[in-house]
Amino acid sequence: MNQIIKKIRMLEKKNNQKDMTKINNTKAETSRQMVVLNVYRANTHRNDLPRVEKFQIPVQRWMTVLDALLFAKSYLDSSIAIRYSCRMASCGSCGMKINGVPKLACYTKISELQGNTITCEPLSNFPHIRDLVTDFSQFFEHHKEMAPFIHNNNADIKDENKLSEFKQTPQDVDNYLQFSYCIKCGLCYSACPTVATDTKFPGPQALSQAYRYYADTRDDLSNRRLNAVDGKHGIWRCHFAGSCSKVCPKGVDPALGIQLLRGHIMGYSRNENKIAKLRDPT
Amino acid sequence: MMFKESQIMKIHYTTGLAALFVVAVHIIVRLMTPSFSLSLLYENVINNYHNIPYSILLESILILIAIHGFNGLRIILLELRQNKPWEDGITIFTIAATISIIAYGTRTILVANWLG
Repeated sequence: MNQIIKKIRMLEKKNNQKDMTKINNTKAETSRQMVVLNVYRANTHRNDLPRVEKFQIPVQRWMTVLDALLFAKSYLDSSIAIRYSCRMASCGSCGMKINGVPKLACYTKISELQGNTITCEPLSNFPHIRDLVTDFSQFFEHHKEMAPFIHNNNADIKDENKLSEFKQTPQDVDNYLQFSYCIKCGLCYSACPTVATDTKFPGPQALSQAYRYYADTRDDLSNRRLNAVDGKHGIWRCHFAGSCSKVCPKGVDPALGIQLLRGHIMGYSRNENKIAKLRDPT
Repeated sequence: MMFKESQIMKIHYTTGLAALFVVAVHIIVRLMTPSFSLSLLYENVINNYHNIPYSILLESILILIAIHGFNGLRIILLELRQNKPWEDGITIFTIAATISIIAYGTRTILVANWLG
């Protein structure tokens, strides 16, 4: 228990340091009064030619890109199509390319961005629907292929009076915990260079979820998941570019999950705890 | 016989590492030869092939690099298009090319070995 508390404190300390650095670096940017919001506009169903529309947005302190888009939608052009929901980086709906980088609009402050122009485009590697909205069907199909649920034949779910309990040690949880923070926002999928060329490649999100359930000691569907990823267009097509881990807004490291799963398939990786410790702040 | 992709990748990584080793030995042997500039003379080349351990080294370089290289090519081509005829086509092509290259190279080594 003490170890976990110590770990949480270390993470808190690291995050505080990061926040302070961010605030110091962006002090000069917060004084902007107006920004130009370039929004990608096109309706694929009507075969519209893609165009970029500019909107002048008054900037307020702590304003996010989603706030700016909603301002434009409310007061300048109500036809802008955006997908959003929670506004606090939990639902993963508002993923888009902001100044060319896949980010969550609700989790990107205008003060963090350089310059007076912000460009919003739909995510790459997803079929386009309208404006900033993309089609996630293929992405979720890949996710479903990995059987993203805990399956256990020994679980007694019929007899309510005799519910089963599966105990896990904190070390068991550590093996997959970070991968369970995934919100399925699709930013990693959008950043992946392999997905860009190979549409059958499951992508970093699905592969890291395969590892998340594979590493869970309560689950007994490991072989099915390994078979699902061990194909011509499966886990071996990952080039380990690492861009998936770089863009993840929840701090998940899909590239690590992919490498660990590869190690398991090859039969040499049994050191998740050691690897997890390497990522600990010291 | 169908291989799993993980089995193919194990072969790929093993042949890659083994090729690194045998090519290193090959380069060291070439550098240690006193008359390096004359090493491509006809008599010298035939003499090399008469040296059985060295012939085995050359044969293993041929096999390892052919398997590793053509599997690498298969992987690159797999990413170009995703449909069954293309995937089956490149698999057959790379297997045929690997076998052909190994057969032709082995024939060269054997013929040179038998030459007086």
